[in-house]
Amino acid sequence: MSRMKRVAIAEQDPKIRATNFEEVCLGYTEEEAVAEATRCLNCKNPKCVPLCPVTINIPEFIQAIKNREFEEAAKIIAKSSALPAVCGRVCPQEVQCESTCILGIKGDAIAIGKLERFVADWSRENNIDLSETQAKNGKKVAVIGSGPAGLTCAGDLAKLGYDVTIFEALHQPGGVLVYGIPEFRLPNDTVEHEVENLKELGVKIETNVIIGRTVKLDDLINEEGFEAVFIGSGAGLPMFMGIPGENLNGVLSANEFLTRSNLMKAYDDSYDTPIKVGKRVAVIGGGNVAMDAARTALRMGAESHIVYRRSEAELPARAEEVHHAMAEGIQFNLLTNPVEILGDEKGWVKGMKCIKMELGQPDESGRRRPVEIKGSEFELDVDMVIMALGTSPNPLIYSTTEGLEVNKRKCIVVDENGLTTKERVYAGGDAVTGSATVILAMGAGKKAAQAIHQDLSK
Amino acid sequence: MYKIVEKRLLAPDIYLMDVEAPRVAKSAQPGQFLIVKMDKKGERIPLTVCDYNREKGTVTIVFQTLGYSTEKMAKYEVGDYFQDFVGPLGKPSDFIYEDVEELKKKNILYVAGGVGVAPVYCQVKWFKEIGAPVDVLIGAKTKDMLLMEEEMEAVAKNVYYATDDGSYGYHGFLNGCLAKMIDEDKKVYDHVVAIGPMIMMKTIVEVTKERGIKSTVSMNPVMVDGTGMCGGCRLTIGDDVKFACVDGPEFDGDLVDFDEAMRRAATYKTEEGRKKLREIEGDTHHGGCGVCGGDE
Ligand SMILES: Cc1cc2nc3c(=O)[nH]c(=O)nc-3n(C[C@H](O)[C@H](O)[C@H](O)COP(=O)(O)OP(=O)(O)OC[C@H]3O[C@@H](n4cnc5c(N)ncnc54)[C@H](O)[C@@H]3O)c2cc1C
Ligand SMILES: Cc1cc2nc3c(=O)[nH]c(=O)nc-3n(C[C@H](O)[C@H](O)[C@H](O)COP(=O)(O)OP(=O)(O)OC[C@H]3O[C@@H](n4cnc5c(N)ncnc54)[C@H](O)[C@@H]3O)c2cc1C
Ligand code: SF4
Ligand code: SF4
Ligand code: FES
Repeated sequence: MSRMKRVAIAEQDPKIRATNFEEVCLGYTEEEAVAEATRCLNCKNPKCVPLCPVTINIPEFIQAIKNREFEEAAKIIAKSSALPAVCGRVCPQEVQCESTCILGIKGDAIAIGKLERFVADWSRENNIDLSETQAKNGKKVAVIGSGPAGLTCAGDLAKLGYDVTIFEALHQPGGVLVYGIPEFRLPNDTVEHEVENLKELGVKIETNVIIGRTVKLDDLINEEGFEAVFIGSGAGLPMFMGIPGENLNGVLSANEFLTRSNLMKAYDDSYDTPIKVGKRVAVIGGGNVAMDAARTALRMGAESHIVYRRSEAELPARAEEVHHAMAEGIQFNLLTNPVEILGDEKGWVKGMKCIKMELGQPDESGRRRPVEIKGSEFELDVDMVIMALGTSPNPLIYSTTEGLEVNKRKCIVVDENGLTTKERVYAGGDAVTGSATVILAMGAGKKAAQAIHQDLSK
Repeated sequence: MYKIVEKRLLAPDIYLMDVEAPRVAKSAQPGQFLIVKMDKKGERIPLTVCDYNREKGTVTIVFQTLGYSTEKMAKYEVGDYFQDFVGPLGKPSDFIYEDVEELKKKNILYVAGGVGVAPVYCQVKWFKEIGAPVDVLIGAKTKDMLLMEEEMEAVAKNVYYATDDGSYGYHGFLNGCLAKMIDEDKKVYDHVVAIGPMIMMKTIVEVTKERGIKSTVSMNPVMVDGTGMCGGCRLTIGDDVKFACVDGPEFDGDLVDFDEAMRRAATYKTEEGRKKLREIEGDTHHGGCGVCGGDE
């Protein structure tokens, strides 16, 4: 086999997977993983590692796979990452570690993410114990939110011997990993298993606790004896467009749609969750969230449309997800912007007025700004509209905490170590950056754990 | 897990439960709500905080069986556990931030419809505790369906009653009764707080607005998370869109777009729920109230 070509990975057939919630990508077999690992040059000065926000020792774990030392590979990854089964599936590898792999210059980059997933799944199947920790130091740290930022920070601190408690507002830990990203990309039981591994490290998780409502952040420090706090509360507040008709029945945020279907399993009849899915659904937006909502609606039997105001090249979703969506039959209405949602006499969505766009001069983000084409309005025949326009941080924490500064986008202000404007209170992930990625959130959680360790060791 | 330590039937299909939830009991304030999820596969059901005991660490809920989930909840007994019980959610009632001396000068009336009596009780009790007791008007379909009369009379200044069939107190709906109290009985109120079905709150606000009286209503739209994450609970308040779970649930009655709220509340209406409401409300069930979505 050529060193330049990536070992192909099995996927469910698009026609079949469009009707179920099973995982799209089936993962490498042992033989395939070893073959792919064998391609790696084991670079002395690996270009891939600096692009991994949690600095996994990539060549080392890949060599272990090559030598069929899968347990060793799992231990190498565990030194840097608490969520390999998650990252292997949803990390945007193509713009992270794989983007700088030396093999990518002439051929295909090593499938680092897929190999990471292989190792994680293998170690789960073989019940590998990865719970090595240092002696307990008796110091209590609170982590707010159990998304990738919080889980990573908690895991790293537990390994260093801290007594860590995670407080989570929802009934199940995982953040976006369980409420947002659908089963067919990241099964919730995969996340559950990684959370179990954290508990093995001694991390305590209290669900159903909303910091700012159930307990105030200041009370965690003043009354409950936590010496430091990490805020990983994400950016969960959905945005709407502000166009006429947005409060009609049948218009909802992607968060609501995905939470009902994913966290609360509305597609599974044994759950009590109600959900309404239209016959023809329009999802507004072009990011991962939009793809996930459109593909979920498709799987629930709808004709599913993406409506995005720029062109295919600007779609912010991962390329792999866009291709999967297209193969499954999602219809892409690009360079199209909604101007009004139309309702029937009972107040339900019966269509959406859109306008065609063209790309003009680049804007601040460097992307060409879409401008309306006059007179190009048309009506899209849909009976449900899902808004996937992005999210911003929730006010619950900063509005109830003394001295915690946020910027004008409502993101928590931190220094380069993740320290907020409040002593011994750190923050990271989407709560600081606005919606970003799993691996960046993990990187921030990791950095903050180090800083907290230094702070509390003084 | 959250243990049920007390269960009582208050009126046909209306249950009270005390639930052990120390963290919620410690922080709860009048006007707030919580979310119950019975088991792994259950719905998240929003319910108003009706009372709390900070020493015992218990919280009281009162619910009416309307559809699948509330029927299921009614089958839980003392000693059983709810898997999830999260709160308090939403903002406390504005009154708790006001100056007590100012509050003592005000004439406040609480209007409670149906199961709304329970959350009203929590607030009326709070007023009694700060030494500024308030009036209460309670409505029900018929005398047998009135609830918590004794408890309410123990904490309120005056309690008035209205029944749809005239079996007790005023004969007719609450809005008619309120109009009569103000116009004929010459009762003077600076502020009316209405809690109950949306149609009741809407018609009460029509009465207060016309007479220039300030009003507060407690909205109960469809909710999922209760933390501001889904936007399912959004309402039009004046010119703004607000999320009831973080900005409310209490709003200035004059500003609420009730028609939109009632329409949106019917999104997940169920057949069983509508049938049940028809049974409970009988010929007074007109449809269009938004609690059930009407009969079409
Ligand atoms: C549908 C969807 C698909 C995505 N797909 C991808 C993808 O393919 N690849 C990728 O890299 N990224 C993806 N992302 C983005 C990624 O999931 C986020 O950037 C990442 O999860 C952020 O992690 P976090 O830990 O900062 O916050 P979150 O994952 O948002 O977790 C925050 C947690 O904090 C809890 N919380 C909030 N407030 C409080 C409070 N007051 N008290 C207690 N708990 C609180 C929340 O309930 C939540 O569980 C996707 C996002 C969505 C919504
Ligand atoms: C902030 C808030 C506070 C609430 N407080 C209380 C309370 O203290 N006691 C109480 O009994 N109920 C309260 N409710 C309403 C309660 O949540 C619903 O009655 C319950 O969710 C119905 O569930 P179900 O599965 O039994 O009925 P379903 O089968 O889902 O519905 C039965 C009927 O109830 C209607 N309905 C469903 N959800 C709601 C809702 N959220 N609000 C109004 N109508 C609804 C449906 O349209 C349907 O016709 C509150 C709701 C909110 C949002
Ligand atoms: S975590 Fe992401 S960036 Fe790091 S090695 Fe894995 S796939 Fe690459
Ligand atoms: S850059 Fe590519 S070839 Fe080199 S070590 Fe990293 S993965 Fe292997
Ligand atoms: S219930 Fe989800 S935002 Fe209010």
